[in-house]
Amino acid sequence: MKPINTVKFTFPSRSVNEGFARSAVAAFAAQADPTLDQLADIKTAVSEAVTNCIVHAYRDTIGLIAVTVSFYEENELRIIVADKGCGIEDVQQAMQPLFTTGGEERAGLGFAVMESFMDQIKVSSKPGRGTRVTLVKKLGSR
Amino acid sequence: MTQVIICEDGENMTAMLSGEIDHHWAAILREQIDERVRAASPKTLTLDFSGVTFMDSSGIGLILGRHRLINSLGGIVVVQKAPREIQRMLSLAEIESKE
Ligand SMILES: Nc1ncnc2c1ncn2[C@@H]1O[C@H](COP(=O)(O)OP(=O)(O)OP(=O)(O)O)[C@@H](O)[C@H]1O
Ligand SMILES: [Mg+2]
Repeated sequence: MKPINTVKFTFPSRSVNEGFARSAVAAFAAQADPTLDQLADIKTAVSEAVTNCIVHAYRDTIGLIAVTVSFYEENELRIIVADKGCGIEDVQQAMQPLFTTGGEERAGLGFAVMESFMDQIKVSSKPGRGTRVTLVKKLGSR
Repeated sequence: MTQVIICEDGENMTAMLSGEIDHHWAAILREQIDERVRAASPKTLTLDFSGVTFMDSSGIGLILGRHRLINSLGGIVVVQKAPREIQRMLSLAEIESKE
């Protein structure tokens, strides 16, 4: 399946870039005629995935985060957020609502939010190698 | 722009939040709120979300973290006036926002 349009951007895992990343994805998604609610959902899901790279994958270092956004037939938007950080031992456990290794200031809800705000989520991860989160959503009001 | 304006009225403290609350901004807001909370030990800390335009799960962490701090000082946290979009995030965490 070839995308109709695609963009990729890479940036260092500094928290100040969280706002840029979600706004850039939303700007790209605008071509698919999304509703305002859909745009808000996309921004939130991207914010979750990117924040996880910053606070978990590259906990004590600065590394690169790659975001790829593609637009497919039938108004399908696919977002891939990839890091080369610490990886996840047990993905199933990590995706459980309220599970967190992030301490007091984290709710453990990031994956639950991505699942509930997008149509589909896929997580693949290798400890020591990195993590790749794929988010899919059908856009448009039809 | 993201910011918090904090007012005190006797034993009640209100933090008027506005702008976008993500992990980056939550850390900044947390410091500003906690400094005032530690100085005043309010009975009630009201977090007002009426000016918040975006919030991810870091905002939930911000609420839960303040809840822990205030509880340890013998007070309570109240969440109020969350716009519709933010209520969805709150309901995933089973946090109620009053009018
Ligand atoms: N990119 C990643 N690299 C390494 N570990 C990750 C990554 N993303 C998530 N994790 C792990 O999965 C756990 C759950 O992630 P999730 O986003 O659901 O919650 P959280 O980030 O801990 O809290 P919240 O998102 O509510 O602030 C994290 O605590 C962390 O252990
Ligand atoms: Mg998270």
